[in-house]
Amino acid sequence: MRKIRLIARLDIKGPNLIKGINLEGVRVIGCPHNFAKDYYLQGADELIYMDAVASLYGRNSLGEIVENVTKDVFIPITVGGGIRSIEDVNHILRCGADKVAINTAAISRPELISEVAEKFGSQCMVLSVEAKFKEEGKWEAYVDNGREPTGLDVSEWVKKAVTLGAGEVMLTSIDKEGTKKGFDINLVKVISEVVNVPIIACGGMGKNIHLEDVVKIGGADAVAFASVLHYKKTTFPELREFAKNVNIEVRCNENK
Amino acid sequence: MKTNNVTIIDYGVGNLLSVKRGIEYFGAEVVVSSNPDVILSSERVILPGVGAFSNGMKELEKTGLDTVVKKVAEKGIPLLGICLGMQMLFDESEEFGLTNGLGLIEGKIVKIPTTNKDGKLVKIPHIGWNSLDRSESISWEDTILKNNNKGDEMYFVHSFMAIPKNKDNLISFSTYQDIQISSVVQCKNIMGCQFHPEKSGDFGLKVLQRFLDL
Repeated sequence: MRKIRLIARLDIKGPNLIKGINLEGVRVIGCPHNFAKDYYLQGADELIYMDAVASLYGRNSLGEIVENVTKDVFIPITVGGGIRSIEDVNHILRCGADKVAINTAAISRPELISEVAEKFGSQCMVLSVEAKFKEEGKWEAYVDNGREPTGLDVSEWVKKAVTLGAGEVMLTSIDKEGTKKGFDINLVKVISEVVNVPIIACGGMGKNIHLEDVVKIGGADAVAFASVLHYKKTTFPELREFAKNVNIEVRCNENK
Repeated sequence: MKTNNVTIIDYGVGNLLSVKRGIEYFGAEVVVSSNPDVILSSERVILPGVGAFSNGMKELEKTGLDTVVKKVAEKGIPLLGICLGMQMLFDESEEFGLTNGLGLIEGKIVKIPTTNKDGKLVKIPHIGWNSLDRSESISWEDTILKNNNKGDEMYFVHSFMAIPKNKDNLISFSTYQDIQISSVVQCKNIMGCQFHPEKSGDFGLKVLQRFLDL
């Protein structure tokens, strides 16, 4: 039995929940606490917080937001953006996060992945990957919210990172992110076939059928939603209902 | 010294705040502490933890908290281990070589098999929601699962699993890709959840609520 996790992703800039298109063109949406609490009550399986500008300034400022949200939210929380040391990880876990998502710092110093996995367990170490399509079957890894190319092939990089101890891979398609045109199914499919850790598909959800495709064709273990939730195009009960109807196994989240 | 409802043992690893918030949700008084006197005078004790078994044990031993936890168990104080905290209650683990645990529940910790009985590849860590199940012979009435029902889903995240020696200690199990995972164990006042009750929504909160009634 493998239940697909339905995740709300909250991109944060300063005190605000924001949303961009292709990880750019940022728009302020509102207070992250209220959105997070609402998603928890709706039955989200997890929350992911990403500090959208942290890696540019070299720091993650989500500690306080996370610390407060744990008063109202009792599901797993992943925090990413600007995390670059064991101290950063320790700090954010102490604020109530369960996992960290690391991209830039892992690319510049891959040993960080092993250090985090050894100290906190690989389940805590989520590799965040920003992937941009290059050519058939090939994607390039980017850093700094899709701003900087790294020259790394996504497939090779993910394989290496998992060997080093990454316990999960959060795969964001820069091409699809915020477009509502569907996930990069091929990307998810290729990556989920090269590693044996769970894959979280991010970027592109517009219609329910996109969820079905990324799970059934792409093989995603978890799917993250942002715009569609923030703009109330759908809700977790709706997503859950849809998933059940197309035979995707999800958490029931109902009192029996 | 003032008696606290609940003390969460702080040995430097993991997300302690969420456990604290889960207890506070029910209005109970809770402290996070590594002080042996505080821990031993508390009405209930939680041993949390994420990460590697050997690292967790090393941290406990470094601060002498391993002895304190054993005293908590001896005194009959309700003791709840969560995730790694549950695993450390056992005799030993094969994570990164053989490491001794606290030896409060008989049995050992082994890696989740990478293939199931059909030879299919199993994704590890086991991350996500999974439902609680029990053997016919086990009743949840007097256990920490009293407020829960068969089928309640909890949040799991782990690569290793407990194999209790005495099957009566296995209060509930969960099935992950045909592999049976020990999800709740209990031996008198000593109990443990492999899942995170503080991260399992309403169903998880019910487990914590029951712990406060014990």
